[in-house]
Amino acid sequence: MTSASTSVSPRIVLDPTDETAVVARESAARPESLTGLTVGLLDISKPRGDVFLNRVEEHLVELGAAVKRFTKPTFAKPAPVDLRQEIATSCDAVIEALAD
Amino acid sequence: MERPTLPKGLVAFVKRDCPTCELVAPVLEQLAASGASLTVFTQDDPSFPSDADWVVDDTSLSMSWHHDIETVPTLLRVGDGESDRTVGWSAEHWRALSGDASIGEGLPESRPGCGSLSVDPNLVDELTVRFGGSDLHSRRVEVATLEDDHEAMFDRGWTDGLPVVPPTEARVIAMLAGTTREPSDIVAVIPPNLAEASVEKVAINAVMAGCKPEYLPVVLAAVEAVCTDRFNMHGVLATTMGVGPIFVVNGPIRHRIGMNSGINALGHGNRANATIGRAVQLVIRNLGGGRPGEIDRAAQGNPGKLGFCFAEDEEGSPWNSLAEHLGFDSGTDTVTAFCGEGPRIVVDQMSRTPESLTKLLAQAMLSTVSPRMVMGMDAMLVLSPEHMARYRDAGWDRQRFHEEINAHLTFKSDAIIRGVDGIDEGLPAGFEGIDVTKFPLDDGLLVTHAGGPAGLFSSIIGGWVRGDKGSLPVTKEITP
Repeated sequence: MTSASTSVSPRIVLDPTDETAVVARESAARPESLTGLTVGLLDISKPRGDVFLNRVEEHLVELGAAVKRFTKPTFAKPAPVDLRQEIATSCDAVIEALAD
Repeated sequence: MERPTLPKGLVAFVKRDCPTCELVAPVLEQLAASGASLTVFTQDDPSFPSDADWVVDDTSLSMSWHHDIETVPTLLRVGDGESDRTVGWSAEHWRALSGDASIGEGLPESRPGCGSLSVDPNLVDELTVRFGGSDLHSRRVEVATLEDDHEAMFDRGWTDGLPVVPPTEARVIAMLAGTTREPSDIVAVIPPNLAEASVEKVAINAVMAGCKPEYLPVVLAAVEAVCTDRFNMHGVLATTMGVGPIFVVNGPIRHRIGMNSGINALGHGNRANATIGRAVQLVIRNLGGGRPGEIDRAAQGNPGKLGFCFAEDEEGSPWNSLAEHLGFDSGTDTVTAFCGEGPRIVVDQMSRTPESLTKLLAQAMLSTVSPRMVMGMDAMLVLSPEHMARYRDAGWDRQRFHEEINAHLTFKSDAIIRGVDGIDEGLPAGFEGIDVTKFPLDDGLLVTHAGGPAGLFSSIIGGWVRGDKGSLPVTKEITP
């Protein structure tokens, strides 16, 4: 009796994920002062979010910042791409508010 | 792996566990003794049919697999390649092929052979991977020698908290046989990470969930259904409400894959019901990155988020099926995704008329989500066969049922204004004196039929924000 070649299969499984390693993102540099900067305030459309943002706006104006207000159509969905781009291009900083 | 070449001369493939191979063993001995150039590859017992050096161990099945042996015994003549082949035992063919007219005296004229181990259904997928390679593209992850397979799946964050079936290449190849779609086809873009899900990736997660290959078309359609703007899987994940996707399957496929629409249909114990919804959730988790505590922000969740899928009992219902109600032809295989919580039981053991039962069901439904919330959230009602019998006996169809129950689900708003009865939740002041309806009238109450033959219990599944600002049910046709 002679032997043909044999091979042992290693214990391999297939990756069930999207195979994107988690990339650590660096936060954008924080401004030293808000004076003269434009700050976006994004209301996600939860009840009373406007109450909170109105108060935030008062503080920001006192600090010398210009304020632009934005509203998401619904809190239940991500912000539309157009809105995100508008905020990104017209503001130096953004505050997103969640309130109930 | 390179295809191993056959030795020249006569070549036979046999296994001991085959009566026809046992029958021809003396013939092989006779051929070897006659000085013929003979090589016998043996698949199970290396000492069968003898310990002689013309018997070659093929327990790895490499030779058998590479040379497409489907039956044992198979006898080949090999020169500059294979020139002739006969399967099973035929005295006439063996004599002609070997050129030895004296073999096989005293044996019957012919006997059919047995299945080659290289095509054994339990082995063929593993052999295909081992010898044929595969064109699957997913990253290979090697499980370390000392690692436990199941612990390795947990450690990598690939499970929903229960063990998963390790997705070996052989299992994934077997799973992919459940669909005619190419492994590289993109099924959907999976939120929240917007990862493209190929058929192959869905198949991997279906293996992990415990699906059989024949369930894969349902899983693929279900993944397509939830990854639509209409269903809004991103929002369903991100909401702090503990809702998740619920799947109702319609059409003949329910029977083909053995789904349960009867006793305990909403519960455990049926493999298809239990694993299809789970596979979708694993796709959301592993491909989309929708993990609890991350984008999945549910404050409490519900056990149905492990996977919630059942079949409608169409045959036992006097009404058109849920899929027909939603615009599909009867006989079409579909899966409907609905965003909801866990089922709650409604008991009515006394109603003998549809009028009485309908009122009771409406009273129970007024409390879904919150007795003070109206018009914004939807629901699904799963009528049991004994409750459905009330409507069958009285001749009510689906439309009549909806008309009647909507009347009982409409009431004056005064009882649910904020502050009434000392409860702060409710409609704001100023909304007094108007008629409100519990569910949106554009199909905000989906009704389906499932359950065992005995038991005067139906189930209500409270929904989530209905419409463009939340989720709407999505039905997809299931294709092979």
